[in-house]
Amino acid sequence: MGVESSNDVQGADHLLHRLYEIQLKYGYISKEVMLCLSKELQLPITQVEGVVDFYSFFYRTPRGRYHLLFSHCTSCGDLSLMQRCCEVVGISAGETRSDGLVSIDSTSCIGMCDQGPALLINQLPIVNLDDARIDQLVLLMEQQTPICDWPSDWFTVQEKVCRAGLLLHDTLEVGAGLRAALRQGREALLQSITDSGLRGRGGAGFSAGMKWRFCREAVGEAHYVICNADEGEPGTFKDRMLLREHADTLFEGMTIGGYVIGAEKGFLYLRGEYRYLLSHLQQCLVMRRQQGLLGSSILGEAFNFDIEIVVGAGAYICGEESALIESLEQKRGVPRVRPPFPVTSGYLGQPTIVNNVETLVAATHIALHGGAWFAAHGTASSKGSKILSISGDCARPGVYEYDFGLTIAQMLEDCGATDTQAVQIGGPSGRLIAAKSFDRTIAFDDLATGGSMMIYGGQRNMLNVVQNFAHFFAHESCGFCTPCRVGTQLMKNGVDKIATGHGTAYDMDELKRLSSMVKRRSHCGLGQTAPNPILNAMESFPEAFIGVLTHHEYEPYFDLDRSLNEARRLTGRDDAEAHLS
Amino acid sequence: MNRSITVIEIDGQAVPFDEGQTIMDAAMAAGIYIPHLCHKPGLTPHGSCKLCTVDVDGRSVSSCTMPAVNGMKVSNNTPALMEVRKSITQMLFVEGNHLCPSCEKTGDCTLQAVAYHLGMLDGHYPQFYPKRAVDASHPEILLDRDRCILCALCVRAGREVDGKEIFAITGRGIDATLSIHSESGLLGDSDLSVDDLAAHICPVGAILIKDEGYEVPIGRRTFDLHCIAEPGLEPVILRKGDHTDA
Repeated sequence: MGVESSNDVQGADHLLHRLYEIQLKYGYISKEVMLCLSKELQLPITQVEGVVDFYSFFYRTPRGRYHLLFSHCTSCGDLSLMQRCCEVVGISAGETRSDGLVSIDSTSCIGMCDQGPALLINQLPIVNLDDARIDQLVLLMEQQTPICDWPSDWFTVQEKVCRAGLLLHDTLEVGAGLRAALRQGREALLQSITDSGLRGRGGAGFSAGMKWRFCREAVGEAHYVICNADEGEPGTFKDRMLLREHADTLFEGMTIGGYVIGAEKGFLYLRGEYRYLLSHLQQCLVMRRQQGLLGSSILGEAFNFDIEIVVGAGAYICGEESALIESLEQKRGVPRVRPPFPVTSGYLGQPTIVNNVETLVAATHIALHGGAWFAAHGTASSKGSKILSISGDCARPGVYEYDFGLTIAQMLEDCGATDTQAVQIGGPSGRLIAAKSFDRTIAFDDLATGGSMMIYGGQRNMLNVVQNFAHFFAHESCGFCTPCRVGTQLMKNGVDKIATGHGTAYDMDELKRLSSMVKRRSHCGLGQTAPNPILNAMESFPEAFIGVLTHHEYEPYFDLDRSLNEARRLTGRDDAEAHLS
Repeated sequence: MNRSITVIEIDGQAVPFDEGQTIMDAAMAAGIYIPHLCHKPGLTPHGSCKLCTVDVDGRSVSSCTMPAVNGMKVSNNTPALMEVRKSITQMLFVEGNHLCPSCEKTGDCTLQAVAYHLGMLDGHYPQFYPKRAVDASHPEILLDRDRCILCALCVRAGREVDGKEIFAITGRGIDATLSIHSESGLLGDSDLSVDDLAAHICPVGAILIKDEGYEVPIGRRTFDLHCIAEPGLEPVILRKGDHTDA
C-alpha cells in the first residue's frame, strides 16, 4: 500500500534535517527541490509538502539572507522593537526586502523569557534587545557583516539558576548514576523509580515508574526512549538550562530508561528554537560514546544503547507526545488517536516511553540516591522538587528549584515581584491566577504545572495578555479536529473584536460559550487548554473585558473600513482619504 | 465455547458489541444513529470531525475511535450533545465556502443532511470566506476545495481500498488543505481513476464526477427522500441518488 513511509531514518537523512539544510542554503524550499527530495528519500511528494507547510521555520518563498524572527511572547517578546526594525529596514512584518538581504517576522515564544526581549536571526538567539541594539543590528546587516563577526555577547544566553534545590544543587559525576543503575539491576531500579513517586514534569504528572513498567511489559520488536525537549510552552526555559548545564545527567536518564524498558535506541527531540544547543549536545554524546557510556556493551554489561538528536522546526504541537512521535517519523505533527498510548504503540508502532527533560534528569538522581531520598521531599501527592521558569514583571527572572508545596506568594517574594496582579501558571495552556489566590501551592493536586511562571504586574492590560495567547493558539493549532481548527480562529477573532473596542455583552457571552465547547470537545491537549486564558481571565478579570465593551446591543463583525485593507494595500495608500473613519 | 455477552448502554438502551468494536460500530449494528462525517465503515477511523462526540461517564470521546468497553454508559441523543454537534457543523460551514443552492451535491450532501438533522438554521459564526483553489484538470473528476471539510475520507479510500497515494492533507491549522500526490500537484496528473472509491466517497461537493451533474433531479435525491438518521443508509449515500426509492 502506498501509505506514508515511516522508516527508521538515521540523523542527517531525516526529512526535517534535510529540509533545514535546504532552507539554510537557498533561503526557501522550492517545489522542484521538494520533488527531488521526495524521490531521493522515497517519500510521497504530499508528505514532503505537508511537512514544509506544517512547520513554521520552512518557507516556500525566499527569506532574506538575514532572517529575523522576533519572539511574540509576553515575557521575551516586544513587537514594538520588530516594528522599529521593520521601519528602519523598510519592509512590513512577513516580507522579504526586494534586494533579498533581510526578512522580518514574529514567531511564538523562543524560550528566552529570563533575558528578553529576544529574537532569532538565522536560527541563533539574540537576547536583551533594546532600541540601540536594533539600530546596531540593522547597520551590521546593511554592511553585510557575517553574523559570526557580530558582537558575541549578543548571542550569549546566560543560564541563571537563582535557587538550586534537590536536583540542581550539585552536578553529578559523569556516569555515576548509570553505574548505580546497572549495579541495582532492572527490577530493583524500576522499583526505586516507582517508590520515589516521580511524576512526569511536563505538567500531566503521570507516574514515571508506571509508564516505564507498562512499556517494559509491552510486547514489541523494539522499544524506544524519547526525551521531549520540545520546550514550547511560552514562558518556560528550564529545559534550556538543563540541556546546557546538565546534558550528561539527562542523557544518563535516557540511558537508564533504556536499560529498564529494554530499549537500544533513544531520541532527543529538540525544539528548533534551541538549535544553537545542538553542537554542545552532540559533543556530549561523542564523549559519552568514548567513555563507554553509550554504544555497545555499556560499562562492560550486555546492554547496548545509543541516542540520536532530531531537531524540530517550529511547531508547538510537537510537544504533545504523539505529535512528537509523528514528527520523528518525518510527518506533520498531528496528535494521534488514543488509545493506543505510546507505551504500547509509539515510535514506529513500538512500545515507547516519552519523558520530559526534567523527569529524566530526576531519574538519574534517583538511580544514584534512591527512591526514598527523593520521596522525602515535596508533599504527599507530589514528591521531590519542581524546577520553575520564572519570568515577566519581577526583579530576578530565572530558574528556581523548590520542593513541591510552595505557595505562589513565596515564589513571588523570592523573585522580587511586587505589585503582581496575576501569574500565568504553566504558560498559556495552564491557569491564570489572580492575587486573591496567591496562597495556593505548586503541587499536582493544587496547581500542577510544567514550570512556566509568567508574572504580570499591576500596569499590565490583562486583555492584551489574553489576546496574545489567543493568537498563539490559533497559530499553533495543527488543524486536525474541527473544534480546535475553527474554534481557535473564532476565539482569536472574538478576543480581537472586544480588545479593539467593538465587542458587546453578547460577544462576551458568545466567547464564553465557544471557549467552553472547544475546551471540552477538542481532540488533544492543545484545543482542550487553548480556551483557558479566556475563561480564567473572564472569571478573574471581568473588568478588563467589560471596561472596553461598546454599549450597543449588537455590533457586527463586518467592519467596512477594515474590509478596505486589501484595496489600500494593493494601491499602496494609507492616507486619511483612503479611510472611512 | 460459552462466551459472555458484552454490552454498552447508549442513552439507556443496552447495545451488544464484539471485542474490538468501537462505540460507533456497536451503535451502527444496533441501528442507532450517531451523527458523523469523517467516518465510513470499512475505512480506518479518523476521529477528526468530532461530530460523533459522545459523553462516556461524563467524559467527551469520539465514538468512531473509542473502543467499546463492557458496561460503558454512553450519552448520545441528548439536547446538549445535539447543540455541540450543531456548533461543530456550523464551524465546518463557515470555515469553507458552502453555497448549497448553487452546489451540484445539494440533496446528496451529508454535511447538508447533518445540518438539517441537527436543526441548523444559519452559520451562526462569521464567515471566513477563504480563498481556495479549484482543480478541474482531471478529464472526469472535479475538485472544488471551497467545499472540502478535511474529513480525509478520500485520503483513506485511496490508500486503503484503491491502493493508491492520491490525496493527502497538508498545511497547518486553518491553512490545512487537501493536496494531490502528483508532480504538478494537479488532479489530472494523479493516479485517480473514475472507478476509484476515492473519487466517489466525498461526503460533500468537493470531489464531483463530471458529466453526471443533475442526473437525479432535485427533489428526488438521497436526502430529499431519506433522513440521515435512518438506519442502513450508508450504501445509499455512497451510490449518490442512484437508488430505488419509489
